[in-house]
Amino acid sequence: MLARVTCFALDGLRPRRVTVEVDLRTGLPALTIVGRADAAVRESRERVHSALLNSGFQFPQRRITVNLAPAQLRKQGPGFDLATACGILAASGQIPADRLAGWAVFGELSLGGELRPCGGALAAAEGARAAGLDGIVVPWACAGEAGLVTGLEVAAAHTLADVAALLRGAAPKAPPPVAPAASGGTEFLIDLADIRGHAGALRALEIAAAGGHNLLLSGPPGTGKTMLARRLPTILPPLDPEEALEVTRIHSIAGLRVGRGLIEQPPFRAPHHTISAPGLVGGGAGPSPGEATLAHRGVLFLDELSEFSRPALEALRQPLEDGHVTIVRGQTATCFPTRVMLAAATNPCPCGEGGAACRCTSADLTRHRRRLSGPLLDRLDLLVAVHRPTAGELAAPPVTDSATVRQRVAAARWRQRARNGGLNTTVTATDLARALRPGARALLREVYERGTLSARGHARALRVARTVADLDGSEEITVEHLLEALGLRQEQGETTPVAA
Amino acid sequence: MTACDDCLRRAWLIAMLSGNLERARRRGGVLALDDDALIDALGGTERHELAKQYAGFDPRRGRAIVQAAGLTSRCAHSDGYPSRLSDLEDAPAALFVAGRPGALDALASDDDLAPAVAIVGARRCAGEGEEVARALGQGLAAAGVCVVSGLALGIDSAAHHGALAASRPQPAGPIAPTIAVLAGGADVIYPPSGRGLYTQIVETGCVVSELPPGVRPRKWSFPARNRIIAGLAGMTVVVQARERSGSLITADLAMQLGRPVGAVPGPVTRGLSQGSNALLHDGAHVIRDARDVLEALLPGYRHEPARGPNLAPDLAAVLTAVENGHATPGEVAGAHGGDPAAALTALTRLELLGLVRRDPAGRYARAADLGPALL
Repeated sequence: MLARVTCFALDGLRPRRVTVEVDLRTGLPALTIVGRADAAVRESRERVHSALLNSGFQFPQRRITVNLAPAQLRKQGPGFDLATACGILAASGQIPADRLAGWAVFGELSLGGELRPCGGALAAAEGARAAGLDGIVVPWACAGEAGLVTGLEVAAAHTLADVAALLRGAAPKAPPPVAPAASGGTEFLIDLADIRGHAGALRALEIAAAGGHNLLLSGPPGTGKTMLARRLPTILPPLDPEEALEVTRIHSIAGLRVGRGLIEQPPFRAPHHTISAPGLVGGGAGPSPGEATLAHRGVLFLDELSEFSRPALEALRQPLEDGHVTIVRGQTATCFPTRVMLAAATNPCPCGEGGAACRCTSADLTRHRRRLSGPLLDRLDLLVAVHRPTAGELAAPPVTDSATVRQRVAAARWRQRARNGGLNTTVTATDLARALRPGARALLREVYERGTLSARGHARALRVARTVADLDGSEEITVEHLLEALGLRQEQGETTPVAA
Repeated sequence: MTACDDCLRRAWLIAMLSGNLERARRRGGVLALDDDALIDALGGTERHELAKQYAGFDPRRGRAIVQAAGLTSRCAHSDGYPSRLSDLEDAPAALFVAGRPGALDALASDDDLAPAVAIVGARRCAGEGEEVARALGQGLAAAGVCVVSGLALGIDSAAHHGALAASRPQPAGPIAPTIAVLAGGADVIYPPSGRGLYTQIVETGCVVSELPPGVRPRKWSFPARNRIIAGLAGMTVVVQARERSGSLITADLAMQLGRPVGAVPGPVTRGLSQGSNALLHDGAHVIRDARDVLEALLPGYRHEPARGPNLAPDLAAVLTAVENGHATPGEVAGAHGGDPAAALTALTRLELLGLVRRDPAGRYARAADLGPALL
């Protein structure tokens, strides 16, 4: 007796169809699973055995072989439990096999026969739709997530017995509605209105958000660098439906938001500085996505940039540039998207005080700068100087709130998309320079020739000036736009006076 | 133009005795001894061996080595030796020069009109010390004064950098913007991190040493180098110095030569300013900017009170706000009205004019004054 059940494995972020074949033969009772299965899949033997018995089914006293095809694909995770159980039920004639032909099943089993949520239900449902199946059975808790896929029937079940009833022809219970409330919708719990003072830093954040510029927050400890960075997602435009689905899929696969609805806010990830290179960009035997991928379409915040290990920061460089990272393990290559806005924070100097209170010698400062410096710093477009607010500023009402800024950011982004088809960070310096007014062009040239800006710094200043002009609603870049951009430059080099 | 045989032999003798000098318990005045007395004083048991080597020195080979290193040499008996060095009782016999030989010629003329100022100070200095040294170097070089220093980290480098910055817009005139005096051979870049600066200096000015090419600096050679700095300069300015700093040796030597000495005042509570403040207490000129130096150096120069820069009213208001201690765009906007974007624009304009400076923490402060030439 042979039964076939369709399930889905994850190859990086892509669903791959897996056919679970179950064969019952005469022989000593045994259950063998073959087909490049990892430990979690092989352990499913025990779970399936107990779940079948505890749900009131028979466990066939035969020699059972379970094959996960195709054989060359690595399979991991507990998502095959339900498919294995259904295959055994169908092969032993306890449920009809015909319905399994057009349906996929996905889920983990508990010993008692309940279905447990597991990561990747959204990707599995998308795989089922792409494979042209009629529907998918998922654990109840994952229904909201799988239900995001249109054009596919999603049946949610609490227990293995429910699944058996469904496959016998019972009408599926309506899955719970996709509740955007579960993800918080577009409402944030934090807001720029929580912040007192910091007018200059807020303006710099707005510019960074509008142009998608990577930024460096610099300021003494305890002045609010992290507080400001955490509010960065609140001024980014909400994810569009396609992006939201992409982000939700990634987070579902990583097991971060199992069983909740669509993620509509740009994600924010703040890994600790002890993180390794694979932790940051993805890796491991799987391989599994890293923090940069979890922050895809959102903000990756690196607090205490100088404390991160050099290999980790070096590994981040290429993904930042390309917007994706490819990890090769053995014969397989996995691609993870890493389109993030990078926010890094650092103390201005080793003693942390900066300014008049600083006790560091210039050699200390050079050393500190060298620790930070390197190719990663080159990819940070602007400096957000964070200062200790004065008592007056703390007593004053907040400077602005997230909704106001978000509107301006969205308008500036709209201008950029209409002009470039993308954000200013994707445009070459030559194209950007066309919009310079003659005065601004002369100033930029002079500043560059005096050595205040490096070649990369020149391009950065131009990009930021373009964004300032976009926020101003201007197609041309004026001297004022350029000056503000130069004031936000992150290089610390000497300034040689120029006539401005 | 090359040094005479005797002076070359003397230079190689000092290089030969470098190790002995390092071990000598007392070195004061040793370099004033003549060659035979020097061998006797320092040679110890190797005295006869050294005397033989000394007698066997081949000046032609010495000249070939100098040429191969890309240097030129000169001595008191040849052209181009700065006569002002002869005021030192232990004046160097020969000088080896890397870079434009003409840079030293301007200082070699007897009429003593070509002005040069030494700017020296701590290697481990604070940010504002570097800024002042840079501004002094820039202001003096722009006024046509040659800045003499030692290529060391900190104040020395900042002074060289400032002088080079002043020479950048226009090609170098007859007077070099800056000269570095090294404690090793003129082709041995010390500290090694000064390579970039060294390259820039030899392009527009020159690097000088009394030691033959290839000789490594030793402890004794730094104070010895300081006497050449003091001897070359018409005036010595100490920017930041701790209580027992090598810069004070340079200042002492300048005083012994009867040349003016100046110091930049610093906070009395700061260790880094103790040495320079002590000089002021002992009667050194108070140096606030390049004008103060020119006033002390050139008898006819009158210190005009600094005219405020000619600024548009809104820029002037922002500059006043910075002078009153409003250090961030947010604070400036608060004090002066307007939004932080406009404040940042104005601050950047002032920064590009050289009137304010942004520190690594993004705070703005009034920049050190660059002196008369740039206003």
